[in-house]
Formats: sequence, C-alpha cells, structure tokens
Amino acid sequence: MRFLTLGGVPLWRDARVLRAAAQIISVLIVVIVAVFVINNVLDAAEKRGFSLGFGFLEEEAGFIISESVIEYGAADTFQSAFLAGVLNTLKIALLGIILATGLGVIVGVARISSNWLVRTVAGVYVETFRNIPLLIQLFFWYFGVFLLLPPVRESIQWPGPVFLNARGFFAVWGSASSSFSTWIWFVLAGVILALAVRVAAGQVQSRFGRATHPNLSALAVLVILPIIGWFLMAESPLVRDVPELGRFNFEGGLRLSPEFAAFLLGLVIYTASFIAEIVRAGILSVQKGQLEAARALGLNELQTMQSVAFPQAMRVIVPPLISQFLNLTKNSSLGILIAYPDLYFVSRTMINQAGRAVPIFLMIMGAYLLMSLTFAVIGNIYNRRVRYVDR
Amino acid sequence: MKRKYWLLFASLFGLMALAAVACGGDDATQAPATQVAAATAVPAAAGQAPATQVPAVQAADPTAEPAMVVQEGSRLDLVQDRGTLICAGRTDLAGFGFLNADGDNAGFDVDLCRAVAAAVIGDGNAMELIPITASERGPTIQAGEVDLLSRNVTWTSTRDAQWGNYTTTMFYDGQGFMVPTATGITTALDLDGATVCVTSGTTTELNLADFFRQHGMALETVVFEDTASVYSAYESGRCDATTSDKSQLAAVRSGFADPAAHGILPETISKEPLTPVVAHGDDQWFDVVKTVMSVLINAEELGVTAANVDAMQSSDNVVIRRMLGAEGEFGQSDLGLSATFAVDVIKAVGNYGEIYNRYMGPNGEAFTLPRGQNELWNNGGLIYSPPLR
Repeated sequence: MRFLTLGGVPLWRDARVLRAAAQIISVLIVVIVAVFVINNVLDAAEKRGFSLGFGFLEEEAGFIISESVIEYGAADTFQSAFLAGVLNTLKIALLGIILATGLGVIVGVARISSNWLVRTVAGVYVETFRNIPLLIQLFFWYFGVFLLLPPVRESIQWPGPVFLNARGFFAVWGSASSSFSTWIWFVLAGVILALAVRVAAGQVQSRFGRATHPNLSALAVLVILPIIGWFLMAESPLVRDVPELGRFNFEGGLRLSPEFAAFLLGLVIYTASFIAEIVRAGILSVQKGQLEAARALGLNELQTMQSVAFPQAMRVIVPPLISQFLNLTKNSSLGILIAYPDLYFVSRTMINQAGRAVPIFLMIMGAYLLMSLTFAVIGNIYNRRVRYVDR
Repeated sequence: MKRKYWLLFASLFGLMALAAVACGGDDATQAPATQVAAATAVPAAAGQAPATQVPAVQAADPTAEPAMVVQEGSRLDLVQDRGTLICAGRTDLAGFGFLNADGDNAGFDVDLCRAVAAAVIGDGNAMELIPITASERGPTIQAGEVDLLSRNVTWTSTRDAQWGNYTTTMFYDGQGFMVPTATGITTALDLDGATVCVTSGTTTELNLADFFRQHGMALETVVFEDTASVYSAYESGRCDATTSDKSQLAAVRSGFADPAAHGILPETISKEPLTPVVAHGDDQWFDVVKTVMSVLINAEELGVTAANVDAMQSSDNVVIRRMLGAEGEFGQSDLGLSATFAVDVIKAVGNYGEIYNRYMGPNGEAFTLPRGQNELWNNGGLIYSPPLR
C-alpha cells in the first residue's frame, strides 16, 4: 500500500491528486464526446452519401444573388457566392450596429428626460418593439410597408430628387469622376488631421483647463480640408448621378432594395429598443451626487451628460451592449425570410445546388463564430479602456 | 519525490487523451467520403455483411440516429411495420400539393404518394405528408428522412448523383415566364434588364441565369426561400416577371385576384421532368416505387379506372388480368408486394389520367391545363411505362 501514498496521505484522500484527477476526467469526457460526435457525423455521412470534401467550392455556382457588395454573377464559383453572402451579412451587421447604437442612445436618454411627452413616446417605443418578435416585425416592414409602396411608374417623388416605390429607394448620389482618386487623399488627410487635433486639443483642455472644444475643432478640420481639395481640383471629383426611369426600373443614383431597407429598418428598430434600456440603466447607475456636483460646478445639462454621466455610465453600458451587437449580427440570418441574400440564405441555396450539406454547415458555423468573436474581442478591448480604474 | 509522482500521473493521462484524439483523427481520415453507390459496390471492404440487398444503408449503431432513420432491414419492411408512408411534399401549390376544401392533402404529387401507400400498406390514406420548401428537398431525401419525395422535383444528372434515385417521370414540364399583361411584353427576349422573382434552390433559378446569360441580357433577381412569398412579391409589383415551371405558373395564376391581368410568355426555356425520388441505396424500394408508377400509366393505357377495377379483374384481356393479380405474376412477390396491389392502387387514386384530370383536367379541382406532353405515348404524348409482366 505504500506506493499509493504521497507524503503519508493516501492518494484517494490527497486534495491535489483529487483536483488533478477531476480535471483530467473532465477533459477525457469532453474528448470522448467530441470523438464520438465527429465519428458519428462521418459515419452517417458516408452511409447516406453526403460528400464531405470542400472541392466543390471551385465549381461554378450557377445561381444568382439579388444584391452583392462584390461583383458576382452566375458564372462565378461557390466560393465567391459564399464570400458575397458573408459580405452582405457584414454590411447589414455593421450598418445595423451603428444605426441601432445611435437610435438606442437617443431613446435611452429620452426615457429619462424631464419632458413628459418625450419620456412617454420613448417608453411606448421601447415597450412596443422590444415585445414583438423580430420575425413578425420584419414581415411587417417588408410585406406590409415596403412592398405596398406604389409601382415604379407611380413612384412617390421627394425633392432631391428621391424616389420611393415597390422596387426600393432611389436617390441622387455622387459618382466618381477622374479627379476622385486625387481628392480622396484630401479626405484621408482630413480624417488623420482631425484625429490629431482632437487628441491635442483634449490634452490642452485637461492640462490647462481652458475650453478648446476638441470635438468641434476636429469636425471643422474634417470638413474644411476636403472642401479646399474640392476647389483645387480642375474637375469636380463627384458628379451628380440622378436616378432616371429606364425601361423597367430607375437606373443610376443611390439605390436601396426594399429587402435591404426593410431588413435594416427592422433590425435597427428592434435592437435599438434593447440598447435604449441598457443606456437608461447605465445613466441611472451614476451616483446622484456626481450629477449634483456637476450642476454645482455650473455645467449645463449637455455638459453634465457628456463629461460626467456618460463616462461613468459607459462601464455599465458596454458589456451588455456588446451582447446586443452579437445578437444583431446573428439575427441577420433571418434575412432569408424577406429575400435578403445574407450568409445563411446564400449557404442554404449552396447546400441545395451543390448537395453538400455537411461542409457548408461547417462553413456557416465557422463564419458566424469568427464574426461574433471578432466583435466580442473589439468590444472587450474597448470595455477594458472604459472600465473603472483604481488609482 | 512527490512532485515526480504527480507529473507521472498527469502525463499518463495526457498521453491517453492524446491517443484518444489521435484515434479519432485516424478514423476521420480513413472514412472515405464516397457516395453510397461506391459503398454499395464494396460492402466487404467497409466491413459490412454483403448478404442483404441494402448494405450501405444499414445503420450499425442504433444509438446514433433517431428511430425513423435507422434501417434494420429494407425500406419496404420499415414502411409496412410503421403502417404509414412518410412522404415529403407541399401544401402550397394548387393542382400539385394543396389542401382541398375539406382540409385534406390533395394534388397530383400527393396522389402519387397515396398510390405508393396503397400498394405497400393497402390503404391510400396510410400516408403522412411532410411539407418542405424547395431548398429542403435535397438534404431531406439524401438523409433518408422520408420514404418518398414527391414535390415537383426536376430530374437532373447532378441531383441524380447526389440526392437519390429518380423513379419514373410523371409530369413533363418546362420553365416559362409570367408577366402582367399591362406591360405589353410578348416574348421573353423583351425582358432585358427586368427584375425577376424566383424561388431559391430550384433548377428554375439556374435556368433563369443561363437563359439571360446566353442571350446577353441584363437580369436582376429577387430570390425567396418560400414559394408563396415569390408570388406575393410579384403580385405587389416588386418584379417585372416571375418564372417557374409553366404548370406552376398556371396554378398560381388561377389563385391571383385578377388572373386575366397576367400572361404566360410563349417561350419554354428548359426541360423539367418532374419525378418522384427515393433515397440512394435501397434497390428494392426503388423498384417498388417505379412499379407503382408503371401501374398508374398502364392502367390508363388499358382503360382500367377506379370505377371499373373490380369488374376488370375478370376481363377477357390477359394483360389486364395479370396487372390486377387475377392471373400470373409480374414481379409482385419478388418486390415483396401483394399479388393484387394494383387493385388497391387504382381503387385509391385511379389511373394516371384520372389523377391528372382530377386536378388539372377540363373540370379539374385546381385549374385546367391541356395535357400536351403529358398525354399517353400512344396519344402523342411522352407518358410511357415499361410493360407489367
């Protein structure tokens, strides 16, 4: 029995051994389950004739995707089709996150406004859209609003000109001329300089206590530089591109399909109602004394929000906000129901046209995982910056 | 000293874990990702007993799959034991698969399922219909989740290789375009630059791309997963045209608020042989379904209908008597079917012509579509079946 003891304590009563054994056993269980699952999939796939290779990605896809960020046609490969789907998902997710955050912050602040009407409208908004399933809202926006707009030839015209019809939203847009590539450098310089100005002015303000308006100054630089560039160009870098009625539809200009517009609107309105509550909770978490102190210093309402309430609210807001971003990204797979060709929709079509369910599902899972993890990492880095630091 | 024991202990377990992973890895690389066809050809190599007819579909591990998919014996035994035929179909297309006034599943495709149910179970109603979308068809039949797929499935070589076995073409169709008559478009070649609504995961979607590419025409599409959405978007003016099999266009138009406001263009841009499909790997079941389809076609050819089938059993035509099991054999016992299964089939759904006319004939329940290519071969059409003998 001596070899089963460790420093006089029997192995089965040694806390360290028991702890290690527990860890090893749990690892073993995970490994065994994983091996079993993988073998099972391979086994079943083989028996049923599901092919598991990824070679088909090089083959011609043959189907069309309604809208795509990259050039994609039926003659392109399955690989490009998948990429087009991924980019469509990223497009709706990024735009959705930006707009939903903006709307959510406004509504969240409005919910704690001292104005009765503003407060009530915001409250009704949140309670309505937070409590109706997203799918139903999407159907409503697409089939109930956008598709009921008048046909192409009876478009609603707004000044601009902007046209609204069952084919979507058409507006004047700038199309790049030959001098655009030179002008874009002015825009880039404006962005970089604006960032520099903001940092410098911010440091001067906090160091010397003089109001230098860092945001306003940065904005001025951001706007003025491209304008100077515009007038230096011989030919104006952007040409007015007006949508015109062609044989079937409007051509030229900016165009948003009803599928994209309805989907973006639905996602933004739904997600913003959750973000509004997160923002409200964040602001309410700031100690009352802080706000009173700000007022005592003579800061007005806007300054109090901007310089006192928000910086402290951020550390409460950011973690749940990140999960809302992830939710929005994953909810973008509902696009399949209103004909928005997102990653999931394109993959479903690929499964059917290529007959490769297992590899394509792995690709779908991998793509969503990668996207969600990327958003989460970026969010966590930001969260670390706004977290309360003990000094 | 203590430290060393602990390290030994840990590394031992670590090695075991590694070995388990490595084994898994080996299995993964050894498992050939082949089609069932290949697996069937070399059952011995896969370590399976080659004695039964369906070595490739046998599930060795009963815990691995839900009971429905496990096949101990053949699909025929499975269906007969279960007492119902599970059929993948649809409930959203007039004429082919819809709910009739009583709320029952009805339609051309549904009756083909009923015919098979009548043949193997003896009751045309011993059938459960699972409605699926167009893009679900492939995976559903590939996985063997259903006994029969009868949902406007076009037979193509790729699908034949990947999805399952195509039995007998029961409806010859072709793809066409529908446009609002107000647009004044009279030919598909006028559609350059048009927006077209279409269902995803169909041959239609592929043919559409091919047609526009071939004619160098610009195309915009709106692609829906759900067939009903395609037509509601088309009706609300989202698209200039919609495309599908011509029979489907006729079916859908009959349900529009104003059918006369929509016209089907003359061009037929593809061949769409609509054919029921069974899973790969079970030859007996494949033959059973083909034979049932042959019975439907032969019955029309021989003038046997649901009304006269009893009398016909004592017909003086030996071919009819053989089909109805009153005399001789045409392979029923080898297929594992009762001698008189054809009687059950015809009593349940009638012959091919009766099924067609019930839904799409002059007084059809859904709409009227001239039989055209779907006439019997001896009547100038393409519907033909091997003899029953």
